Amino acid sequence: MTTAATDEGFVVFDHVQKSYDGETLVVKDLNLSIGKGEFLTMLGPSGSGKTTCLMMLAGFETATHGEIRLGGTNINHLPPHKRGIGMVFQNYALFPHMTVAENLSFPLEVRGMGKSDREAKVKRALDMVQMGKFANRRPAQMSGGQQQRIALARALVFDPELVLMDEPLGALDKQLREHMQFEIKALHERLGITVVYVTHDQGEALTMSDRVAVFNDGRIQQLAPPDELYERPKNSFVAQFIGENNKLPGTVESLEEETCTVRLQTGELINATPVNIRHVGQETLVSIRPERIEFKPEMMPPGAHMIDAEVLEVIYMGDIFRTRMRVAGIDDFVMKSRNTLGQTKLRPGERLKIGWHPQDARALDPM
Amino acid sequence: MTDATSQMITTADGKPLKAALAASLAVRRRRAFLLVAPLFLFILISFIVPIGQMLFQSFYNDTFSKNAPALVEWFSTHPEGSEIDESAYAALAADLALMKKNRSAGEAGTRINYDVSGTRSLFTSTARGADKFQPPFKEAILKVEKKWDDPNVWRAMRSASSPFTLDFYLAANDLTRDETGKIVPVAEGQAIYKKLMGRTLMLSLEITALCLLLGFPIAFLLSSLPMRKAMLLMILVLLPFWTSLLVRTTAWMVLLQSQGVVNDLLVWLGLIRDDHRIQMMYNETGTIVAMTHILLPFTILPLYSVMKTIPPSYVRAARSLGATSWTAFRRVYLPQTLPGIGAGGLLVFILAMGYYITPALVGGADGQMISNMIAMHMQKTLNWSLAAALAAELLAIVLIFFWIYDKLVGIDKMKLG
Repeated sequence: MTTAATDEGFVVFDHVQKSYDGETLVVKDLNLSIGKGEFLTMLGPSGSGKTTCLMMLAGFETATHGEIRLGGTNINHLPPHKRGIGMVFQNYALFPHMTVAENLSFPLEVRGMGKSDREAKVKRALDMVQMGKFANRRPAQMSGGQQQRIALARALVFDPELVLMDEPLGALDKQLREHMQFEIKALHERLGITVVYVTHDQGEALTMSDRVAVFNDGRIQQLAPPDELYERPKNSFVAQFIGENNKLPGTVESLEEETCTVRLQTGELINATPVNIRHVGQETLVSIRPERIEFKPEMMPPGAHMIDAEVLEVIYMGDIFRTRMRVAGIDDFVMKSRNTLGQTKLRPGERLKIGWHPQDARALDPM
Repeated sequence: MTDATSQMITTADGKPLKAALAASLAVRRRRAFLLVAPLFLFILISFIVPIGQMLFQSFYNDTFSKNAPALVEWFSTHPEGSEIDESAYAALAADLALMKKNRSAGEAGTRINYDVSGTRSLFTSTARGADKFQPPFKEAILKVEKKWDDPNVWRAMRSASSPFTLDFYLAANDLTRDETGKIVPVAEGQAIYKKLMGRTLMLSLEITALCLLLGFPIAFLLSSLPMRKAMLLMILVLLPFWTSLLVRTTAWMVLLQSQGVVNDLLVWLGLIRDDHRIQMMYNETGTIVAMTHILLPFTILPLYSVMKTIPPSYVRAARSLGATSWTAFRRVYLPQTLPGIGAGGLLVFILAMGYYITPALVGGADGQMISNMIAMHMQKTLNWSLAAALAAELLAIVLIFFWIYDKLVGIDKMKLG
């Protein structure tokens, strides 16, 4: 593990720990291998250690223990300016006293590049983000979205192999953010660079990444491609953090390889897929996605488990109906149904049977 | 004309929009004015009026002209170059008699004494018997005081016969008039003001540079420390502000004098011999050390307030883009602190130019500044007009630096805190 294997990733965190005060660990035993050309997102709530990991990779923080390797070499004690890593900051960090062109030319200047080469590269980088006309503007004269593009161009202008992004879209409005997500993803694919992206926005993580590392409490809770993360969360934290989720607490009654039965607190027995269940009698949280719940008998998936529900509230959200129900004594059980022509309209107070495929009910550890 | 009225925007009931806007804001404006009126009056009475009057004195001095009406009359009817004849002496005799009656010979003599030294006693001694002079007056007066036929005295009196004069500005620039009224430099030994003004400028620039050099790292530390530690350090920075200026200056005297703490320590360590103690007090060194210490907070505070607003991500960005820490500092951090450097530097420079107490106490002969000379003329020689002229020059220099700063950096970029 400690020796550099040939199939080792481009960026490797090897048993990395980080503490600021000598009393608590902000990052606890991080092991992570990022492949060349990969788009990896570190996702997690604030204080989960994701930004600290990024700062260690960039060289602004030193690892208290463990090793960080870039292209097979230990970079623990390499100063930031020798790492050749491009970085996009949350507040863009465009130098306010320089024009856009001067900002972009800065990394080339400090590398001792000639004037004509610099100008060509700056022009190319600006064209890449469609900002060619803004070369002589100052950062303060541009909108947030424009500054974001310049920051992106500046991080790419010196052709780094690895680019770090620290919540780069956090300050933009929703529409612009979605557009920029698309553009960053396209740039990543076109240039073949490796990207480590930090965000607390799960939507951003799911749409952009090859793999997502979900951070909580200084540990990676799950490292998986977006679809796996969403559909097969490994523990309750991931299930809860990614997307919306219904949680039914209960006790494991029987346990087989592929399936288990859970007795809910109100007495109902349901089938579920065991994820991190070790033995019968264990407390568990069964998690079900709101969009996987069905209420029309003819649409019920085969082998589905039926359970009583009472409608408490129906919220019209345009493309979907969001129905809040009381299920097994829980008042915030949510079902999402598509707003299609002829969709059955539910009313508050209505009683009905709902069901789901046992595969979609995942029995997880209680939090 | 009809075009203009038809294009004028009006409110719904036909009043012109501008008038309606002014009326709707009038109450608010009046209230705002009332709120600042007390301060405005205070500043007017305690600052603008006294300073204006002081500056007025630098070119207006009527101590001679009001006491010598007959001579003023004679000078106005006899142009420059006229022979000092019997009629002039008659006017002089009449004025001297008047001065005796009003006991103002000293006052009038002092004014002439600024130009021609030794003339104050000429006035007082001659005026003593002025009521007994009989024609011919020239003979009678010259019999009492031979010096009255000195053309310099008459030139000085002619110049003082008008209360408006630039003589004090000439004196402040080490210039004077010769017998013919031509402007010439004063004698070598008497030229002090220009040298002193130059030294004041040099000392102020040195102190400003030292303050910036010493204050910059402290301000940086303050802005980068966590809040609790920063507050503690800030109290240490502000501590001198809460101590009397005199106490601080005296403390430096205790430290720096030749039998003081620093010298004792150096002797004890064997670094200097007991009979070769370093002279750090009563010279320029003393002034620079003490004033740098006293003015240091004035650079730290504006620098701190500017640095506080610079996010650490700028330097980080520069480092990640390949800049060494020195390049990142020089190219990215330093330019962004310029408003603070400008504000702190200008503030300290202006304060240093006019500093008085510290150089007076620790400066000795070499460490005196122009303000000490102004104070001397205010308190000892009582030549207020010269003091005012020197003060006006000081003000002009400060304003010139202000103007240069505005041209180079821009006053709108200044940030004081």
